[in-house]
Amino acid sequence: MTKTTRLCMIMLRLMAFGATLSAAIVMATSHEKASFLTLSFEAKYSHSPAFKYFVIANAIVSVYSFLVLFLPSESLLWRLVVVLDMVFSMLLTSSVSAALAVALVGKDGNSYAGWLPICGQVPKYCDQVKGALIVGFIGLILYILLLLLSIHTVVYPLLFQKA
Amino acid sequence: MAFENRGKPAVEKPIKDWRHVVRMVSFLATASATLVMAFSKETKTLVVANIGGVPIKATISAKFQHTPAFVFFVIANGMASLHNLLMIMAEVFRDKMFNNRGVHLVMIAILDMMTVALASAGGGAALFMAMLGKNGNSHARWSKICDKFDSYCDRSGGALIASFVGLVLLLLITVHSIIKLLNHPKPINNIDITLP
Repeated sequence: MTKTTRLCMIMLRLMAFGATLSAAIVMATSHEKASFLTLSFEAKYSHSPAFKYFVIANAIVSVYSFLVLFLPSESLLWRLVVVLDMVFSMLLTSSVSAALAVALVGKDGNSYAGWLPICGQVPKYCDQVKGALIVGFIGLILYILLLLLSIHTVVYPLLFQKA
Repeated sequence: MAFENRGKPAVEKPIKDWRHVVRMVSFLATASATLVMAFSKETKTLVVANIGGVPIKATISAKFQHTPAFVFFVIANGMASLHNLLMIMAEVFRDKMFNNRGVHLVMIAILDMMTVALASAGGGAALFMAMLGKNGNSHARWSKICDKFDSYCDRSGGALIASFVGLVLLLLITVHSIIKLLNHPKPINNIDITLP
């Protein structure tokens, strides 16, 4: 593995670690209380299973990124890293998609099912969830770039031989 | 002809390989998930009020188009089944389409990965939306809809299960494609490819 490739990979992985960690933290600390016509309304991330899945998935991926940062350059575990990168990017896609679907219902409501939007009552919570989703999406894109880079690094020397 | 065949792996008959069987089952699973979700529709007529002996009826329906998550689910599973079909055809006609330099392995692996990501996103979103419809959310005051529309709920639940079965099989095939890519033997030929 050349120096520039290794540097590129470390930078990307550091950014992906930062993105997934901040997505998990921003979603986990979103909490707002509002009182609305004698009803007290509390919005937390743990009220919805999709948001819990988002926090857990991003936490797992950030821990994994942190561990891979310390992998030495010539170890044989890079092939495992390629496969695990793919599995974790699939996990990230699924979590961002699920949280986005539920957040869309919270923002616009669903008139066919009689579900009213809640963003009017708890605007700060909605903004925080929106921010967490954007950062999670950025982390996902970085992870896909990392996956392509890992495949290129591990696979390219095997297929084409220099003279 | 004998010199060309020296580096190639043994040619297998298309149907006897376990990967083809698994991909065929995955194609059937994702295709059935798409069709079952797309054709699940339920209409109910309820008597809303009774004014002077004349009942007023209201018709409410449950379709998959009402929820954007289910629309995405149908589209993602449709594309996944199309991808499976294309890959089956590429493996059956492999000798005619590729000249076995190893490029087709990279292409199949990358396309498989993209399809797995898409199908998992669709499945995840639809799963949590269906959970919301089945249990409701008491904190947000959203009531469940599965007690009124149980046949719609059953059908979309079946489509979700089929989609996840297809996804797990596709994941197996993708991991196998990547492992095959990592263990590909070095090309034995007299032509050296000089990198720029």
